Amino acid sequence: MSKTKFILGCFDDPDNMMQGITNLQKNSVPIYDVYTPMPIHGIEAKMGVKDSRLGYAAFCFGCLGATVIFSIVYYTLVHDWPQNIGGKPSFAIPDFVPFTFEWTILFTAFGMTITFFAATHLFPGRAPRVMDLRATDDRFIIAVDAKGNIPHDDITNLLKEAGAVEVKHNERKYVSYE
Amino acid sequence: MKTHNNFDERFEFTGTAKTISLVGIVLGVIGIAFGFILGGDHIQRVYSNLLLMGYFFVCVCLAGIFFSAYNYVAQAGWSASLIRIPQAFAKVLPIASIILILIITAGLLHTHTVTENGKTETVPYLYAHWAAHGITTPGSENFDAIIYGKKGFLNIPFFYGVLIVFLGVYSFLGIKMAKFSEAEDTEGGMANYDKIFKYACIFLVIFGFTFPIFAFGVIMSLEAHWFSTMFGWYNLAAMHVSGLAVIALVIIYLQKRGYFTWLNENHLHDLGKLIFGFSIFWCYVWFAQFFLTWYANMPEESVYFYKRWEPEYKWWFWLNIVMNFLAPLLLLMSRDAKRLSNRVMWTCIVLIAGHWLDYYLMIMPGTLGAERGFGVEEIGLFAGFAGLFFYLVMGKIAKAPSLVPKKHPFLQESLHHHR
Repeated sequence: MSKTKFILGCFDDPDNMMQGITNLQKNSVPIYDVYTPMPIHGIEAKMGVKDSRLGYAAFCFGCLGATVIFSIVYYTLVHDWPQNIGGKPSFAIPDFVPFTFEWTILFTAFGMTITFFAATHLFPGRAPRVMDLRATDDRFIIAVDAKGNIPHDDITNLLKEAGAVEVKHNERKYVSYE
Repeated sequence: MKTHNNFDERFEFTGTAKTISLVGIVLGVIGIAFGFILGGDHIQRVYSNLLLMGYFFVCVCLAGIFFSAYNYVAQAGWSASLIRIPQAFAKVLPIASIILILIITAGLLHTHTVTENGKTETVPYLYAHWAAHGITTPGSENFDAIIYGKKGFLNIPFFYGVLIVFLGVYSFLGIKMAKFSEAEDTEGGMANYDKIFKYACIFLVIFGFTFPIFAFGVIMSLEAHWFSTMFGWYNLAAMHVSGLAVIALVIIYLQKRGYFTWLNENHLHDLGKLIFGFSIFWCYVWFAQFFLTWYANMPEESVYFYKRWEPEYKWWFWLNIVMNFLAPLLLLMSRDAKRLSNRVMWTCIVLIAGHWLDYYLMIMPGTLGAERGFGVEEIGLFAGFAGLFFYLVMGKIAKAPSLVPKKHPFLQESLHHHR
């Protein structure tokens, strides 16, 4: 029994990598994941990745931000200590627009970042888990789980045919742990 | 994925489409004739609507140049296969400019007498607030001290200088860029692309600084006692959104007719994002102008909104926000909505009507006041200018050597956009 856990096809060209995905899919080899140093247009559709749900989180954080600042300003400037500023009524809606707008954006931006970090297990100071270090530099990596029934040599050949510059048979999933 | 496209295909502008656009022009002429025959306030309505549509026409053509210029400067790839459509708008700009200048000239020369506060004076139909005879002559009975203080900007030679120089420069640069793009089809290479890049940079710098002045002159000076420094950007946003909406509509129309088969939902998605984003930007500047005026509450500034808060306009004032902000916000917010051509089409129709209303609210309170109307003149002139625009733009698209810039360096990127 082979000790190989993951087979990584390393490409130096995104078009070859896309060909590699096609080759594997045509032969019904399940792909674990693909790592690229830059976004590749159309790869989500090809891999069948579901649409991101980050937008729902953004909407919720936006609503939270708007509610928080509206409540604070309502409490301070209308309820607790109303002041006469330029003869305007204390509770005049145009007044409330700029900071509600700003806090909506602020909460949305920070909320989305935090949600994204939580979903991808990324936190400042934590060494990220990666399967191949060059995936963040100049290599396009297709990772295939080696536990399936497909002979490893076949997977290697399919990747090589597409133009993989190197095919790795790794015995551990990640090359970096903290 | 379709990889073989026939770029030698030419657009043929004949049949029903041509007839409908000519019918539109006839409706426009009927609208003008109707107003002049009825006389009285209807003549003012014709002039105000002519100015509205002339300005709208120029702005949409300008938006075509603006769109192609920033796409070239950003070295955008996605738009390469549809850039001939905004370039066709650019080629129509000289005609639109001449029509606008003719409208303004007629409006300045044609005078009538009005009785205001018991005083009878002879004023032109357009720009009566600053172009009336004797208004900047000390000692004249029409003398107006505020306008006298602004006479460095608000005088006929400077006004015409602004119109002719600005529109001439925009037209020249727009046509040059379109011509370079056509030369690229036969010559190939990067020389023409580099030239367009250079002209586009020059255009954007000139346009950014001069368009607000153009808007101050043509529209803001209708109410010459009032001023707002936000007005230029507000008009820039309106010009951009309505121009993008027209570009999207023309694309959708041509696709429904069976042309531009290489454009897919990804191109529409990008256009939809621009339309959505700039509708929000329009509301941002609209609110910025309103908010500062409301907060400072100085009589000389708030008079503008006071007039639009009268019962004659209040309903339209709110409808303006609904059509130009809430409608695109709700209709185009989700990703999938921007990829549905019918959804984008209806949003664009709402936006074009919405920005017509936006211009209506800029022009009518200062020229017609409570005598404003919505009837034969408004609908007829809108149909007339829409028909004229459609006729001229489709003619230019049909005359272009091909529907895509065949040797554009980023053409392949555009054809395989997200594929």
